[in-house]
Amino acid sequence: MTTSRNSGTRSRSVGRSILKLDGESLVRGEPVYTDDLHPDGLAIGRILRSPHAHARIRSIDATEALALPGVLAVLTHADVPRVPHTTAGQSHPEPSPYDAYLLDHKVRHVGDRVALVAAESDDVAAQALQRIRVEYEILPPVFDAREALEPGAPRIHDELESRGIRDASRNLVAVMDFAVGDVETSLAQADVVHESDYEVPAVQHVSLEPHVAISWLDEAERLVVRTSTQVPFHVRRTLARVLALPVTRIRVIKPRIGGGFGGKQEMTIEDACAALTLATRRPVRLEYTREEEFQMSRTRHAMRLHVKLGARHDGHLTAIDMRVVSDTGAYGTHGLTVTGSSGYKTLPLYNADSLRYHCDVAYTNHAVAGACRGYGAPQGFYALESAIDELAYQLQLDPLELRRRNVIGAGDLDRVSVALERQGKGHARSIHSYGLAECMQRGARAIDWERRDAVPRDGELRRGVGLALAMQSSGIAGIDWGAAALELKQDGSWMLRTGATDLGTGADTVLAQIASEILGAPPDRVQVHAADTDAVPYDVGAYASSVTYVSGNAVRRAAEDARMQVLALASDLLATDRTSLECVDEGVRSSTGAWVSLAEVAAHALKLHGRALEGHAAFCIPDSPPPFAAQFAEVEVDTETGKVRVLRFVSAVDCGTALHPLQVEGQIEGAVAMGIGYALTEEMLYDDAGRLRNANLVDYKVVHADDMPSMTTIMVESFEPTGPFGAKSVAEVPTNGPAPAIANAIRHAVGVRLTRLPMTPDRVLRALGRI
Amino acid sequence: MSGASQRVPLDLHVNGEAHTFQVRMHDSLLDVLRREGYTGAKRVCETADCGACSVLVDGRLIDACSTLALQVHASRVETIEGLAGAMLHPLQETFLRHAAAQCGYCTPGMILSMKALLERKPDASEAEIREVMTLCRCTGYVKPVAATLEYRDARGQKRPERERRE
Repeated sequence: MTTSRNSGTRSRSVGRSILKLDGESLVRGEPVYTDDLHPDGLAIGRILRSPHAHARIRSIDATEALALPGVLAVLTHADVPRVPHTTAGQSHPEPSPYDAYLLDHKVRHVGDRVALVAAESDDVAAQALQRIRVEYEILPPVFDAREALEPGAPRIHDELESRGIRDASRNLVAVMDFAVGDVETSLAQADVVHESDYEVPAVQHVSLEPHVAISWLDEAERLVVRTSTQVPFHVRRTLARVLALPVTRIRVIKPRIGGGFGGKQEMTIEDACAALTLATRRPVRLEYTREEEFQMSRTRHAMRLHVKLGARHDGHLTAIDMRVVSDTGAYGTHGLTVTGSSGYKTLPLYNADSLRYHCDVAYTNHAVAGACRGYGAPQGFYALESAIDELAYQLQLDPLELRRRNVIGAGDLDRVSVALERQGKGHARSIHSYGLAECMQRGARAIDWERRDAVPRDGELRRGVGLALAMQSSGIAGIDWGAAALELKQDGSWMLRTGATDLGTGADTVLAQIASEILGAPPDRVQVHAADTDAVPYDVGAYASSVTYVSGNAVRRAAEDARMQVLALASDLLATDRTSLECVDEGVRSSTGAWVSLAEVAAHALKLHGRALEGHAAFCIPDSPPPFAAQFAEVEVDTETGKVRVLRFVSAVDCGTALHPLQVEGQIEGAVAMGIGYALTEEMLYDDAGRLRNANLVDYKVVHADDMPSMTTIMVESFEPTGPFGAKSVAEVPTNGPAPAIANAIRHAVGVRLTRLPMTPDRVLRALGRI
Repeated sequence: MSGASQRVPLDLHVNGEAHTFQVRMHDSLLDVLRREGYTGAKRVCETADCGACSVLVDGRLIDACSTLALQVHASRVETIEGLAGAMLHPLQETFLRHAAAQCGYCTPGMILSMKALLERKPDASEAEIREVMTLCRCTGYVKPVAATLEYRDARGQKRPERERRE
């Protein structure tokens, strides 16, 4: 059943699109997700949500709710410890402020938690919510990030316990800036200066599986939480803090999960679920409805971005200056790092003489923003790549050629990373593996870039072709680490234990491939046990495009350790020199043809060492190599209706070695779909009182199969020397290009620049001066 | 509300087996199926817009989230759990080989909707396939469409396979 897509190499596993380890159970619809299996005696948890955007809770009376038969518990802020924390699933110490509480006496957005209920059934839980009497002191809200930063704006976090907020009196969560060279001087040296403003909305991840957790107390009175999370170890640590339990009394298990996209890099509901279990001593399930998912999970940060570019007539960029104001909503989770990423993940793309970035992150009374695939880079690249395109028109240069003349190259130092390292906020990096030039070349050929002016650009339906470039990173250098263990079982098979968290991407399969490659064993002889904090070594989890690079490096090293031990034991058994031995399939072979099975090696390990053979490694990444992408869109703009159709989309992506080509393609294709939605249809819409107007999948339009263009995906393989078998990351980088590539294609088609996402028909018509 | 919580019997044939389930008046078919262990159907949009809860009722594809259980009393229901025996259904197999399931949450509904379409219209075009394909947030639809087309074409070359359950 193995499909070989990488013939000509000696690889037996890596580079081949083997069947996804969990693929068969997924296509069979087996009960593999959190809510598919219920412990006996399961109670149903629900959250009472705030109807107000900003209010103080004067009183809560749960008497009537508690009197209802079948209600097991009602918890309010008076019943739980008040522990400031961040819900962000980041390595400790988190860069996000500690401004969140399990339950609070203040609500800061519509949908904020007011009380928790556990009941015997969903019916009773729903009735109980209606019987909780809450008296609110309604406070003036603020919904615009710039207004929130003005003097006199309503103060959203006025509590004393919160910390890590830059200036709570101004609703200022965080500030980040960096500079390379002197931007003012470089702008003065420019022949042409281009300046423009962009605006991007909050959008939702819309993982099909909502946030859901089931918690219970096991026979040893330990708290067990089975949850749909990207970060089991961070959830365990934060739960311990919030519930005042020792970490050792908590077990977090991630089963298969129905999509995350960053929305589950967060302790969103686990604390509420677990608090209800502790209060009732019952297993409790807490699952968001789709409406709650929109109101109460997380969003991509809405931002306003200002870009100023300086260039010489020959196209040489002298300066890039970007200023951003970001709306993190009611809590500061991920606010600093996402908004910082809008600069430090994007500006390194071009070797301008000087670079400067400044961002202010503001609280508002909107739903909470957080991590979302691309982590700030989609916002930054939409602005930067739109501005670069406009500059090309101003300079009368081919947009592709302008980029070619300025992009970062192989061996170049990422000067932004150097500036951040000086601030103690990052690790300097150079570009080792580099496929961007080839991405541009092959992508341009696939979209027929040279003939783009031949597409019809008059009449009602006008076509245009645009491109955008992007880069990302592979984990967070110096911070992210993973560990892995590989145990040789008595039957000669391998058990890989890893904290890596497969959120549907196929990460478990890739990790098994890496182990299999080194151990010489077929991939189906490697069982993966992952993401259970009781059973596997620590790993940061799945975020920042990290699993293949961070966890994959740990697995590679653990497998090498295991292999050396196998060879030592086999050398003893075969009385042969170790250097003549090779791990092959289910045994070890010598150059003279002698053979010993792994089952015999496993038995020998027990006899000789008194323990099973196990390879171990922990690995903290010293580097974070960027993957690159060049993405091209051909669009058709209906100048009567304003409707934009994407006809063709080409992605050329350099992810280092594609360890599993089919899965790599799948990551790119899915990222493009998400990017097209960001470009054209997705936007969280609020009314004047801060209530969401489109908190459902009818009014909030994600991309369906019949909205998709013809897709071309090109894997440009480079070799990343620090990655496992040359791999770096892939999952996020192709999310960055669609919005600017489509905006640039619209510009090419109809001559106007859309500076606000999504590029809906009314905005297109307005830009065309039709309405 | 206490009246609404009272249970009444519901007869259903699920994947060929006769059952009588005790259900509440307001239970959706999805509520009942998931409670009784047919968890392949997923709750995603709750508004009949995504197709993740698709099952076949008397051969017709329906959104179980928006169908009252009592409406389908005495019907034959086919869920993803009934599709494969020891061997996968050929459509499941093409989905597996094409890596068309990423997180897999939409996959049961997608496979059932594609199967229903191609039974009704064996020569369905790619555009028709895309029109009825369930919502997916992971794949960009490229691999699910490719898997479905391969199944359609392979099926077209053979005589239609006999239904496994009949």
